[in-house]
Amino acid sequence: MEYLTVHSPILIVAVPLLAAFVTPLISRMGNKVRDTFNVTLFGFTMFLVAILAIDIYTGGTRVYTLGAAVPELAIPENYMVPVRIMFQVDGISIFMGLTTTIVMLAALVYSLQFLKNETGQDRFYSLLMLLYVGMIGLEFTGDMFNLFVFLEILSIAGASLASYRTNLADAVEGGFKYIVISAVSALLVLFAIGILYGQYNLLSIAALANAMQFNTLDMIALAMLAIAFVMKLAGVPLHMWAPDTYAVAPAGITPMIYTSSAASMYALYRVTFTLYGGHFDTTAIGWVVIILGVLSMFIGVMMAIHQTDIKRLMAYHAISQSGYMLLGVGVGLAVLTDPVALASYGRDAMNGGIFHIINNALYKGMLFLTAEAIFFRIGTRDLNRMGGLGHNMKWTTIFFIIGALAISGIPPFNGFASKLLIYESVFRFNPLLSIIAMFVSLVTLASFTKVFYSAFTGPEMPAYKEVREVPRSMLIGMGIMAACIIFFSIFPGLVVDTIVAPATEALIDQASYINGVMGVAP
Amino acid sequence: MMQYIPYNIPFIAVALLVGIALFIIIFKRNLIKIVMGIAILEAGVNLFLVTLGYRAGGVAPIYTMTPEGAMVLPVPQALTLTSIVIGVSVIALMLTMVMHTYRHMGDIDARKSRLLKG
Repeated sequence: MEYLTVHSPILIVAVPLLAAFVTPLISRMGNKVRDTFNVTLFGFTMFLVAILAIDIYTGGTRVYTLGAAVPELAIPENYMVPVRIMFQVDGISIFMGLTTTIVMLAALVYSLQFLKNETGQDRFYSLLMLLYVGMIGLEFTGDMFNLFVFLEILSIAGASLASYRTNLADAVEGGFKYIVISAVSALLVLFAIGILYGQYNLLSIAALANAMQFNTLDMIALAMLAIAFVMKLAGVPLHMWAPDTYAVAPAGITPMIYTSSAASMYALYRVTFTLYGGHFDTTAIGWVVIILGVLSMFIGVMMAIHQTDIKRLMAYHAISQSGYMLLGVGVGLAVLTDPVALASYGRDAMNGGIFHIINNALYKGMLFLTAEAIFFRIGTRDLNRMGGLGHNMKWTTIFFIIGALAISGIPPFNGFASKLLIYESVFRFNPLLSIIAMFVSLVTLASFTKVFYSAFTGPEMPAYKEVREVPRSMLIGMGIMAACIIFFSIFPGLVVDTIVAPATEALIDQASYINGVMGVAP
Repeated sequence: MMQYIPYNIPFIAVALLVGIALFIIIFKRNLIKIVMGIAILEAGVNLFLVTLGYRAGGVAPIYTMTPEGAMVLPVPQALTLTSIVIGVSVIALMLTMVMHTYRHMGDIDARKSRLLKG
């Protein structure tokens, strides 16, 4: 047990990686064996994430150095700087790790029966595990170059999964768009890493943050990193790939790709807060993030209104919801250097923005799963050809209602909890932003009402008389998400205190991240 | 002044390669050309990394039996190797997608392959 706790950061990456490469061999023994194997190994990974989370919430940031005699020993003897590869897991990393793990569990369980009649299943599970490894690695790493490597792993796995149904021409097109965007953004990240390495001869994030001088070259590197991550998280000027890719990816993969955008958002926060924190004019950069957020919110929802493809519509809503996260954290960034404002509303705004990440991964993921459940049964994503599905797909309808109410911020649900935090705190920063956020929320409700009426209500359509409820594993997958949403809705205060507040603290407190590796400054 | 010019030639090449690559990726409509653009971008970034680690007159960073003098930096070379391996897999994946697009659409012109829009 002690051993597992000490080595959990690397095991969380290594166990799914093993599963990814052993899956094609195991599947020779039959699909049942393979599914059991994957679910078992993923269950073990979840257990590891849980013990790592408990360890971090009780004992603070964990540094795990690969190849060192003692994992905590970040800097080898006789060296001034960290040279080994390391994982550094703090509040925000483990928060993202928990989000990813919950979504992955739902996606894995959902896919078990969803894939029953497809070919190439063993490759699907291999790539799904690789996608998980990429996301977890991106969130846990404490090293710029590994950030690039894990970004590429998640891009390659994500793109090949998005175009998994190669028999559909649009799936290939969506996957190609995703891989082009991913390749360009990853190479921009690598270029920026090269610039930073050329100046400081360092790759560790903490050591780089410690040495940061913020000269012109650093500014260029910051711009490149920011463009790359905004591209990957589908913020508005660079969002064009997201609707295409989200719409065509098979079920289970859309929530995962969506969560991988959230992981890119984490990388953006890590770079702005931890790597560059305190060196630039935080008000100006904060406003840039806020404007990005407002644009994403507004344009995303406006584009969503007139869509007729159900998954495309939800994809535009996903862009719009990312805007809330950028808005909340952007307000925190804008007042980062002002202790009074930070204490009175900046921290709450960041709590709201970060809480929204996990809430959104849950309800948005579940909505994507319900959309794909409809596609699974009736073979179309076109809202104009749906109707009366509520008669036969009762559970899917219930899950859709929960998700739709949560995303629109209707009071008992978790979407309301995080949006309220954002509204209240942003109102004290700038009332106009808060009004825009509320307006966007209203339009979201209108748009989901439209989907609900055209897909689920109305008389039973003759073409869909024979439609049955989706198989059990798909219901369980959606049920896992619904259960988490309901839990988060009942105890929002508990969730904010236990997992969100440490995440905000980890972003604000740059010094403790640096000290975790460099040792306390004399 | 003159003696710095030879050392800056690789950086000029990097700027040219990256510029050409971004131009191709943004403005060309042929999917194969877009893949080529990404390959050029990758070559530019790799050249940048290797050039960073170069030291004038340095020897290869192998510790047994080294002659006296400066060594070139080993870390950028390791990074470049990793990035080349990743680049090959990305390009292979992209080419398979182009192949599938061609099978479905009978064309690899991005203007004609517009199933997803709006």
